[in-house]
Amino acid sequence: MSENVKAPKEPLFSKKNKKLVSEPLNDNNPVTIQVLGICSALAITVSVEQALVMTASVLAVLAAGNVVISLLRNLIPSRIRIIVQLVVVASLVIIVNEILKAYLPDMAEKLSVFVGLIITNCIIMGRFEAFAMANKPWPSFLDAIGNSLGYGIVLVLVSIIREIFGAGKIFGIQLFGDRIEGTGLYSVGYMDNNLIILAPFALFAVGLIIWVQRARNKALIEDH
Amino acid sequence: MDYVNILIKGVFIENMIFAYFLGMCSYLAVSKTVKTAVGLGAAVIFVLGVTVPVNWLLENYVLKEGALSWMGAEYADIDLSFLSFIMFIAVIASIVQLVEMLVEKFAPALYGALGIFLPLIAVNCSILGGALFMQERQYSTIGEATAFGIGSGIGWFLAIVAIAAIREKIKYSHVPAPMRGLGITFVITGLMGIAFMSFSGINLGGSEEKEDNKDQVTAVVDDTDNTDDENH
Repeated sequence: MSENVKAPKEPLFSKKNKKLVSEPLNDNNPVTIQVLGICSALAITVSVEQALVMTASVLAVLAAGNVVISLLRNLIPSRIRIIVQLVVVASLVIIVNEILKAYLPDMAEKLSVFVGLIITNCIIMGRFEAFAMANKPWPSFLDAIGNSLGYGIVLVLVSIIREIFGAGKIFGIQLFGDRIEGTGLYSVGYMDNNLIILAPFALFAVGLIIWVQRARNKALIEDH
Repeated sequence: MDYVNILIKGVFIENMIFAYFLGMCSYLAVSKTVKTAVGLGAAVIFVLGVTVPVNWLLENYVLKEGALSWMGAEYADIDLSFLSFIMFIAVIASIVQLVEMLVEKFAPALYGALGIFLPLIAVNCSILGGALFMQERQYSTIGEATAFGIGSGIGWFLAIVAIAAIREKIKYSHVPAPMRGLGITFVITGLMGIAFMSFSGINLGGSEEKEDNKDQVTAVVDDTDNTDDENH
């Protein structure tokens, strides 16, 4: 009798579940398509290292948060769901913040308020609202992985552009010779573009990424 | 006079959108028409104007090191500042819930237009960012904190109304198809950001103490956006 009641069990990596991970990487990217998590994407993309640490923090918070919210989804009254969600995220972010301060103090200082602002990173709340509140823990976990990786891809792309052309470095290694001593490319008159380091360029870079992505996939083009 | 300085600084020089990129998500998503932009902008001014002073009280009488000394000498060396994230966000979330109920009751049309973005004011980075900057800059009175909150709110309001007006007009121009909508909005925001950078050199002539605060703030910006000083 119990066999009739039980729904057929879905394999852990079914096609549907794989799609949850792969879609946010491109066609449903959280930054360029869903317009979530822009603030941090713009503010901390000066160096690739910062972008990677930020992605890892968001991945940890989103994966844990999505699972917790998904487990609690039937217990949360909808009137106060936002407060419940925020408390879950805030506790997770406090943990991440303390870990960063303990093991990567330099990085924690560079990221300054932006670690705290993971709480209000719209990716997190957006995925809670749109996915975890309506789905089981395992798909929610995969959705979290997919979305934070999609977020990470954009962050890393932008930061690679900004670090190479703005600072002439990658992972802190100087690419084109030493600027102050004027060796390498600098000796023949190459200059780093200081505009690229400034915050507004991050917006241009994301705009360009959107342009390339939508030119390749016409289905994503907006009417206006 | 100090209040006016802080207010103007919040609106132009330290504009939430153009100087710190806080609150970009709702800024990009709700700026399709001027009408909804005005509604959301007004809600943000209100929420910032209420939450920043409330969080200032919380910071100064509960969280900060030694803040609990009003309860008695034995509490004087308690430092609860690691709890600030969760306390600030709890205050913000409850006030936003309140605003949501009020708007739903008194302006249902606006409620429909704002859709999911009304609850998302709670996670609008500019609101929590306002609280965190308030904590970092250590405003000395609740009046200054309020002026800062309202000023930042007005700055955010100006930014979203400006971009909404531009987006309404840009419908009539020939933007390359893949850039339509989101892409061109990013580029316009970048250009406006460059324009707003011209405010950054303005010194409003506040007192000594204010100067110190400003230095702290610029130090944060250097850390996050502007590493070129180190590279030169």
